[in-house]
Amino acid sequence: MDRFRMIFQYFQSNSESVMNGICGLLALASVKMYTCFDFSCPCLPQYNMAYGLGIMFVPPVILFLCGLILNRQSLVMLDEWRRPQGHRKKDLAVIRYMCSSIVQRAMVAPVVWIIVTLLDGKCLICAFSGSMDPDKFVGFANVTPVQVEQLLAKVPCKDDELMRNNTSRKAVSRYLRCWSQVLGWSILLILIVAAFLARWLRPCFNQATLLQARHWSNYIDIEQKIFEETCCEHSRLFAHKCILHFFESMRQEMKLHTFNLPREGERDEGEEDLLQGITDQDQVNKLLKTWYYEKPPLDVS
Amino acid sequence: MDKFRMIFQFFQSNQESFMNGICGIMALASTQMYSAFDFNCPCLPHYNMAYGLGILLVPPFILFLLGFVLNNNISMLAEEWRRPQGQRGKDPAVLRYMFCSMAQRAMIAPAVWVSVTLLDGKCITCAFCTSVPMETLGNASHLLLSPGEIQRVLAQIPCKEIYNGQELIANEVAVRYLRCISQALGWCFVLLMTTLAFLVRSLRPCFSQAAFLKSRYWSHYIDIERKLFDETCAEHARSFAKVCIQQFFEGMSTDLVAARCHLPRKTSEDAGEASKKLLGITDQGTMNMALKSWHRCKPPLHLHPPALPSGNGWAGEGQPAVHPSTPQRETAAYYSLV
Repeated sequence: MDRFRMIFQYFQSNSESVMNGICGLLALASVKMYTCFDFSCPCLPQYNMAYGLGIMFVPPVILFLCGLILNRQSLVMLDEWRRPQGHRKKDLAVIRYMCSSIVQRAMVAPVVWIIVTLLDGKCLICAFSGSMDPDKFVGFANVTPVQVEQLLAKVPCKDDELMRNNTSRKAVSRYLRCWSQVLGWSILLILIVAAFLARWLRPCFNQATLLQARHWSNYIDIEQKIFEETCCEHSRLFAHKCILHFFESMRQEMKLHTFNLPREGERDEGEEDLLQGITDQDQVNKLLKTWYYEKPPLDVS
Repeated sequence: MDKFRMIFQFFQSNQESFMNGICGIMALASTQMYSAFDFNCPCLPHYNMAYGLGILLVPPFILFLLGFVLNNNISMLAEEWRRPQGQRGKDPAVLRYMFCSMAQRAMIAPAVWVSVTLLDGKCITCAFCTSVPMETLGNASHLLLSPGEIQRVLAQIPCKEIYNGQELIANEVAVRYLRCISQALGWCFVLLMTTLAFLVRSLRPCFSQAAFLKSRYWSHYIDIERKLFDETCAEHARSFAKVCIQQFFEGMSTDLVAARCHLPRKTSEDAGEASKKLLGITDQGTMNMALKSWHRCKPPLHLHPPALPSGNGWAGEGQPAVHPSTPQRETAAYYSLV
């Protein structure tokens, strides 16, 4: 138990590591989703591009929104942004810092999806096979333009009877795949260079402001957690008192109604307290009925 | 519990072993990436070399930069480099040590990728298939074709299913030749890297070992100091938040008492204890007001020093905080005069 508490406390104390963990999990989930997804190009001239580009861009938007939703800090940031000023000034640098860190983490899974898609190549082959120049590839020479369009649209479908052993299909497929992979690696290179420059050059600009913004954003997060814990503790005690009052008032009501002298002889004081003076079936039933029909007011003063 | 704490502390205290762990993981990840990646030679004359050499060289560069990006010490190095001198001198030897150790670790995953690529052979086959020596490996029929035609046919060597130059040069012969060269290059590369690493490690103590030990110590120190500072700030933020919230609730209940002008005290200790735990909030309306006030009007980031207990009967709830809102202060003053 202690072990779990220690691990739990470590993660809680450092909210950044929790968020990094979630971000990594989402990235792995996006790779897994892609491998499990059964890509199935329609191989029809009008639908190919919509399907291909749709599969490439719609799941990243979904993953981005998931990344924002799963990140607790986004609620904290919105709360801090929208609250009235009151006695505490609002620091825009803190809000900007929180926003940028949330968006950066949410962008990882969509980018991973797009890169995996490009490196795999199926989406681009499906989307752009119809836009290929047939003159570049032998095998489309003596064919009418309409037929060329149909044939090119069928390139992504290896199992089609027309296309099964067609060398031109393989050539087009290979060509598109090559471009897709080059695009994927280029995007990855650009992003990594950007990340490297950002990490390297960050301390050159406003390091002190950054340290302050980071500290106060962490503080706001901790303060919100402690406030929630305090409220939870308070509501537990409140409920306890409320219920004790309820039992007490029920006991007094029953005493009035039944004129019962409760003591029958030796009984343990502690047990008597626990039973709250409710000692038979009718009383318990009455108590339960009252609890349902007439809950006590929320006032323990 | 102790075991975990020990392991955890070991990794944290020794940043080098942590970085070694990350470096090993990245090397494994690079082999996994290579096997997952579907190499797809374009088999067209001018694209082959670009694609082949691109796959050989671009991912290692990406992995190298990634090794820096994932290393937390990079921002530490940049901070130490850019900070104003202040009252603490800067030692360029420490900065050099940090940079070298990061660069050495970041080089491992790219070296693994290049070795695996060369030993596998597909990249070199794709990049250099048009430069295969026709005189030694091919048939004489190459003399009958134009150079462009020959290039086009040779470019299809990596793609067995569309290769149609079997009379020109047998596919297996060319592939085997290129693969052999690629593997020889691969093994030479691995040998070179290992020899370099061996030399660096064994010759290091011959050159300024004392300065090296000093740099290593102070670079560890800077890292530990930064971590401790972050932990201390986090601890401080937690304590600050606790006191701030406590003072918020105390302020709320004092406000309410003043507003209702009733003396809330029952004299039994139990009620005092429970009231204290209940933070003075004992009904729904008060709680709602507290929650509303928390959102609308967060307390200032300014903790009041705890006021001394006043000792008169009025202040049964604990100390009336030294509050900026004047009504309480005036009330307290009035009663204490009495």
